[in-house]
Amino acid sequence: MSEPSETKHPIDRRDVLKALMLAPVSGAMLASTGCAVVSESNKQPITWTRLPTQYSYARTDVEKQRDAELFAETFFREHELVTIAVLCDIILPSDHENGGALAAGLPDFVEFMAKDREQHKLPLRGGIAWIDNYSLENFGSRFVEADIEQQLAICDAIAYPDVQDEALQPGIAFFSLMRNMTLTGYYTTELGFRDLGYVGNTPNIWDGVPDAVLARHGKSYDAQWLAKCVDQSRRNITAEWDDEMNLIT
Amino acid sequence: MADKEYDIIIVGSGAGGGMATYQLANAGLTVALVEAGGYYDPAADEQRTQLRNPWESPRRGASTRRRPFGDYNACIGGWDLDGEPYTQKGDTEFMWWRGRMLGGRTNHWGRISLRFGPLDFKRRDIDGLGENWPIGYEDVKPYYDKVDKLIGVFGSNEGLYNDPDGFFLPAPKPRLHELYYIDGARKLNVPVYPARKSMLTKRINDERGVCYYCGQCSRACSIHADFSSSTALIYPALRGGRVDLYTNSMVREVITDARGKATGVSYINKEDKKEYALKGRIVVLAASACSSARILLNSKSAHHVNGLGNSSGHVGRYLHDSTGASRAAFLPELMNRDIYNEDGVGGMHVYTPWWLENAALDFPRGYHLEIGGGMGMPSYGFGFAANQYNEYLDKRVGGYGNGLRDDIRRFYGARLSIACRGESVPQFDNYCELDPTVVDEWGIPVLRFNYQWTDYEINQAKHMQDSMEALLEASGGILLGDKPGAERNYGLAKPGEIIHEVGTTRMGLNPKTSVTNEFGQLHDANNVFVVDAGTFVSQADKNPTWTILALSWRASDYIVEQMKQQNI
Repeated sequence: MSEPSETKHPIDRRDVLKALMLAPVSGAMLASTGCAVVSESNKQPITWTRLPTQYSYARTDVEKQRDAELFAETFFREHELVTIAVLCDIILPSDHENGGALAAGLPDFVEFMAKDREQHKLPLRGGIAWIDNYSLENFGSRFVEADIEQQLAICDAIAYPDVQDEALQPGIAFFSLMRNMTLTGYYTTELGFRDLGYVGNTPNIWDGVPDAVLARHGKSYDAQWLAKCVDQSRRNITAEWDDEMNLIT
Repeated sequence: MADKEYDIIIVGSGAGGGMATYQLANAGLTVALVEAGGYYDPAADEQRTQLRNPWESPRRGASTRRRPFGDYNACIGGWDLDGEPYTQKGDTEFMWWRGRMLGGRTNHWGRISLRFGPLDFKRRDIDGLGENWPIGYEDVKPYYDKVDKLIGVFGSNEGLYNDPDGFFLPAPKPRLHELYYIDGARKLNVPVYPARKSMLTKRINDERGVCYYCGQCSRACSIHADFSSSTALIYPALRGGRVDLYTNSMVREVITDARGKATGVSYINKEDKKEYALKGRIVVLAASACSSARILLNSKSAHHVNGLGNSSGHVGRYLHDSTGASRAAFLPELMNRDIYNEDGVGGMHVYTPWWLENAALDFPRGYHLEIGGGMGMPSYGFGFAANQYNEYLDKRVGGYGNGLRDDIRRFYGARLSIACRGESVPQFDNYCELDPTVVDEWGIPVLRFNYQWTDYEINQAKHMQDSMEALLEASGGILLGDKPGAERNYGLAKPGEIIHEVGTTRMGLNPKTSVTNEFGQLHDANNVFVVDAGTFVSQADKNPTWTILALSWRASDYIVEQMKQQNI
């Protein structure tokens, strides 16, 4: 293994950056998750949407205090955070109408979760060191300074858990963790809701599976069961029963 | 208020304490309600987690030590509380959940509201194990009926002997994955019925709202359309003006006089850390089975040398929790779903009660099945192992890029799960006691647990696993994960993990083998009552809350009657 060292082969990432700059960032996204800023590592700027560091949602005092402490702490070094950003961007790219990992602020999310869940810290830090070592060995530069084809070659090697090569297992475990974090961090934002088409979490009246869906699945409600179910047109009529336990309203 | 003598002091504001507060205050008595946690009302926006989007939390709803069921769960409490340890004897792994909020655990439970049936009160008559209750279904039925009407519970009358009918609100229609389960269960001749849960699918009064189907009961309902002790019982009781609420007040002990009768309680105000006392004619403990046992054991005096109510040595004994095991499957027929809002009420709309009462089995007691699945709201954990089901489709698992978006959509809501909840056999040797050396941050001796499952529960868990596999496969599912075998006790949950712990102050006719009479009145001190699940002789294969409510109401009526007769 070659020693990790300062990069001797700076790679032009302008193409990647161009794609990043073009990433659609909607007004709604900005409103909910803050504005974009630039971070730098080894003269390779990469941008992502910054996530808020203040939240207000029914916390107890001790919970507020803990979250404030987490936000006050910095865990990842800049190089590590930029590596996370590059990986997140490969996992969920920005060239999509619903935005990608960077528009969803993934590096900030991973930073927070690493601090919140201690068990993530070492696998993430160690995984980044592993991928840098692997990149240095194979391409003579750390991961973020490798060119995009080289980066993708590395990802191809470690993105599939069915690969049996023992030497790659730490990288595979790290990439699986990064994929999990990226997808969960993305689909829990407005961008992810839109990408999924999620329509819940709002007051509504549940009145059963839509007919077209029932038909598509070859299912139906039998009359006997339906007779036990709520008639939503009478939901606001106060319940009364006869002495035989029959609802009469 | 320190010099005031209350008619009633109630310790704990969960299901038992809330019902006693409501009934006793409405009977015209003055009540001090003492709660170890803070004030809580989900209708107050500063305490609302309901209808929040995942990005309103920096951890996107992930669980924490202080919110074991997720960042948006209404729970303030958990298995691991700051400054309130508990200890284990030997290799015991008991998990002790405590709520620390007005309304206690009723703010964040599943609202599954099942009456015990006639057989559940007389299990010893059937299998020769444990003890019968001193009362039967006929004694509790009138109270179940009243609880149904006062609080509201949806369900259906099915005429099942041991799963009795009730005054039900109409049930919500099954969701799509539940229709798959219904068809699968029927193929195997396993019964399935509408669930029975305390959410208001229909109006019951002008004070509480009607369910708007956000599926978030575990976050507590801001329109009070689900039952919690605070929303349905305590706020109305507070409005009556006869209740003084003491929050953040941790009861140390029940104070007794030279004759051994209770005169009040002492407590620590968690805000100023000072100790106070309240005077009352009657003390009602509803702090939860283990907390009430702890208070009794810590209430030592010349008259009650082993702790109040403990002349029998039975306080803390017969501690038992429900059994639990679960399994999940991938339903290929639910791939590429049409997406619509199917949040429904929180949790399942259909369930299977115990269906093998008279079968020849190698374990004595039953369990019910809870059905899970659906197109839930993404929160932390969503997208983990995003395309793991590819292995069943001859496609590769893993990868990166925009193709993952297709995987996410393909498998969204394509999962069916079952959780079993069963009855364990109470054991004298499963108990909590005072730890001889460890105290909490207020210097109060803590509980030490001694608890082992027996072959009854382990064999039951084995049967649960077989049932779940058969049902999931009959529903069209491909089983996920490995089937836990003997080396893992067949996936049997740890004791305490299901949070149905009961039995520590069990009721009975014989003062030598029980702690209270059938009304929760201590054999050793007639002005001290227990109205939480500590009095349960056996925890059926049902969830305990509806029975806690019924028994607390019954005990309250008895207290009023006994006071009128000047017996206490």
